[in-house]
Amino acid sequence: MAELQFREAIREAIDEEMSQDENIFIMGEEVAEYDGAYKVTEGLLDKYGLKRVIDTPISELGFAGIGVGAAMNGLRPIVEFMTWNFAVLAADQILNHASKVKYMLGGQVSVPIVFRGPNASAGQLGATHSVAYDSMYAQFPGLAVIYPSEPDDAKGLLKSAIRNDDPVIFMESEQMYGLKGEVSEEDDYTIEIGKAKVKREGDDVTVVATGKMYHIAKQAANQLAKDDVEVEIIDPRTIKPFDIETVIESVKKTNRCVIVDEAHPFGGMASEAGFLIQREAFDYLDAPVQRVTLPDVSAPFSKKLFDLWLPDAKNVIDAVNAVTYRN
Amino acid sequence: MAKEKKEAIFAPTGLKNSNNGKIDKSVDLPDVTEKKHDDLGLSDDDVVKMFELMYLQRRFEERAMQMYQKGKFGGFLHLYIGQEAVSTGTVFALNDDDDIITAYRDHGWGLVRGVTAKEGMAELYGKVTGCSKGKGGSMHFAKAENHFWGGYGIVGGHIPIGGGIAFANKYKENDRVTACFLGDGAVDQGSLHETLNMSQLWKLPCIYVVENNGYSMGTAASRHTVGEIHERAKGYGMKSAVFNGMDAFTVYENMKKISDDVRKEGLPYFVEVRTYRYRGHSMSDPGTYRTKEELQEYQKIDPIERMKSYLLDEKIIKQGKIDEIQDGIEDEVLEAIDFAEESDFPDDDALYEDMFTGTPYIHDKQ
Repeated sequence: MAELQFREAIREAIDEEMSQDENIFIMGEEVAEYDGAYKVTEGLLDKYGLKRVIDTPISELGFAGIGVGAAMNGLRPIVEFMTWNFAVLAADQILNHASKVKYMLGGQVSVPIVFRGPNASAGQLGATHSVAYDSMYAQFPGLAVIYPSEPDDAKGLLKSAIRNDDPVIFMESEQMYGLKGEVSEEDDYTIEIGKAKVKREGDDVTVVATGKMYHIAKQAANQLAKDDVEVEIIDPRTIKPFDIETVIESVKKTNRCVIVDEAHPFGGMASEAGFLIQREAFDYLDAPVQRVTLPDVSAPFSKKLFDLWLPDAKNVIDAVNAVTYRN
Repeated sequence: MAKEKKEAIFAPTGLKNSNNGKIDKSVDLPDVTEKKHDDLGLSDDDVVKMFELMYLQRRFEERAMQMYQKGKFGGFLHLYIGQEAVSTGTVFALNDDDDIITAYRDHGWGLVRGVTAKEGMAELYGKVTGCSKGKGGSMHFAKAENHFWGGYGIVGGHIPIGGGIAFANKYKENDRVTACFLGDGAVDQGSLHETLNMSQLWKLPCIYVVENNGYSMGTAASRHTVGEIHERAKGYGMKSAVFNGMDAFTVYENMKKISDDVRKEGLPYFVEVRTYRYRGHSMSDPGTYRTKEELQEYQKIDPIERMKSYLLDEKIIKQGKIDEIQDGIEDEVLEAIDFAEESDFPDDDALYEDMFTGTPYIHDKQ
C-alpha cells in the first residue's frame, strides 16, 4: 500500500488509463497550463501534451456537449468541472443527451464519458457553490454516479469509470483533495462500480454514508464507541447503482439504521435507501430508519449559520441515539 | 406640455400589425446559381438521383401526414416539406463518410442518408423495425453507420454534439467534415455561441448550417433574433456564407465549396441557408402567424418542381421517365406504410434494452 492524497489517487487513475488508451483525453477549465484548479491534473500536460490535456473556456454547456459528441464518435473523454455546482449549466448535455442518446437512437451509439469534479459544500462559499448533486444525477436512468470517500476507493473506481462504456458521474470534494489514505499498489487496480464497502464493523447500528459524510460518520462512530455503541459503517461509494443488498444484510444484523446524506432531504439517497430498507427489512427494524441531511434551505455564508447547516458528527450521534432509544 | 405616454413593448409585433397586409416575406432569398449541372460537376444521373431523393422526402412526409391525421401513430410530427433541396444538395456535396447531425425536423435527413422509407415509416409508427427500433420516433431518426448521427429534440442541444463529432474527427486525423444543421430558432440558444467560440478557437472541422425557414415555431425570424443571422460569424472571426436553399444546385455548389474549404483549412464555417417550410411547425400548428399569400410565394419556387422543369428543359429525361420515377416512389412509400403497419411493436423486454453498452444497471427493477 502507498499513502496518497485523494488528488494523487485520482491523478494516478487518469494517468494510468491515459497511458493505456490513446482515445482518452481530459478537458476542462484550467486542467492544462494551470495544472488543475485543485492540482488534480498536475503534470498531465507535460506528459500527454496539448492534444490530450485541453484547457476549455468557461463554457460548461459547450464543452460538456463537445465531450458527448466526441464520445459518440469513438473517443473516451474525461470532462472535468471545476465544481458540480457549475455543471448545472451543462445539465442539458448530461441529462438530455449523455444519458439518453443511446436509448433514443435504439442503441446505435455509445457514450463512454466521465464527467468529474468536486461536489457539495467546500466551506463558506455561499448558496450557489455548496450543493450536493449526487442524488439528482442518480434520478436519471443511464448514468452511474460515484462519490467516493477515500483515496483507495477513488483510484479503483475512477479507473473503472474511465473504462466504462456508458456515462459516469464521478464526484470528489474540494475539502478531501488533501486527504491522505492507503491506496492499493496492485497492478491495474480497479473496483467494481456499484459495490458498497463495510468500512467499520459493529453490531448496534448501521450507518450509511459516502463522500465527505463518511468522515463525519466515522467521527461519530469513534465517539459512540466510548459509550459502547458499536456502529457499522457502510460506504456505498456509488450512489447508482446503489448496493442495497450490503445495506440490508447489515440492517438485518443491527436492526437499526441511520443514513447520512449531504444532499437536501427531499428525494435523495437517504430517502431512497430508507424506502428500500423498510420494504426489504421491515420485520428486522427495531426503530424507524433515521436520516441526517442538509436542511431544506440554501447554504448560508455566515460561519455560525453554516456550521448549523452542514451535518456534523453530533447530528449523526443524535440520530444514532434516536434509533437506539438512548435519548 | 405633457409627453404622450407610450406603452412599453418588448417582443416586436407580428402579422397583425405588419405592412398593412402586404406580403412581408420572413426570409429574403439570395439568387440561385446560374450554373448548369455539368458546370457543377454533376452527371445526368446525379440530377435524376437528386430529383428522386427530393421527391421521396416529399411523398414520404405527405403520406406520413395523412397517416398521422388518421391517427395511425402519435407523438410530434415536424415536416420538412419545402426544405428538401437543403438535405439533397448537401449529401451530394459531402463525402459519404462526412458526418451529419440535425435537430428534430429530421425525416428528410434520414432519407438522404440511408434510412429507408420502410425504416423511417416504421419508426414513426413506433415499430421495432424502425431505424431507432421505435425508441426515438419522429424526432430521433438516425443511421449512425452511414454517419447520420440523428435528429435531436432539444433546440440547440445537438449543436455542441456536432462540434464534438468534429473534435473526434480532428483528434483521429481522419479528414472527415461534420455538418451540423440547426433551425433559425436555435440561433438564439447559448449553446450555439459556446460552440462557435470553441470551434474557431480549437479549429474544428465543422460546418454549422442554419436552415432559416423563416420561423422559430410561430415566431418570425425578425421577431426572435436581431440582425442578419450569418453575420453572427463575424463575432467569432469565422468564415460565413448565406445562400438560397430552395434550389438543390445552389445548395450543392455552396456546400461543396465550403466543405472543401473546411477539409483543406481545418477551420469551421457558419452558414445560413434560406429556405421555407410549407407546413406548420408541427401538426398542431394553427398557422395564424403567416399569410396564405406568403406561403404561395414560396410554393411558386418549389425546389422539386424546379428540378423537374430542369430535367425536362435540359432534356435529361422525358416526362414519361419522370412519371415512372414518381410512380415508383409512390409505391415505395405505400409499401413502407404497409411494412410499418404489419411490423411488430417492440417486445416488452425492449423497454429495458438499449440503455447501456456495458453492464446494464436498472435501479429497483422488479
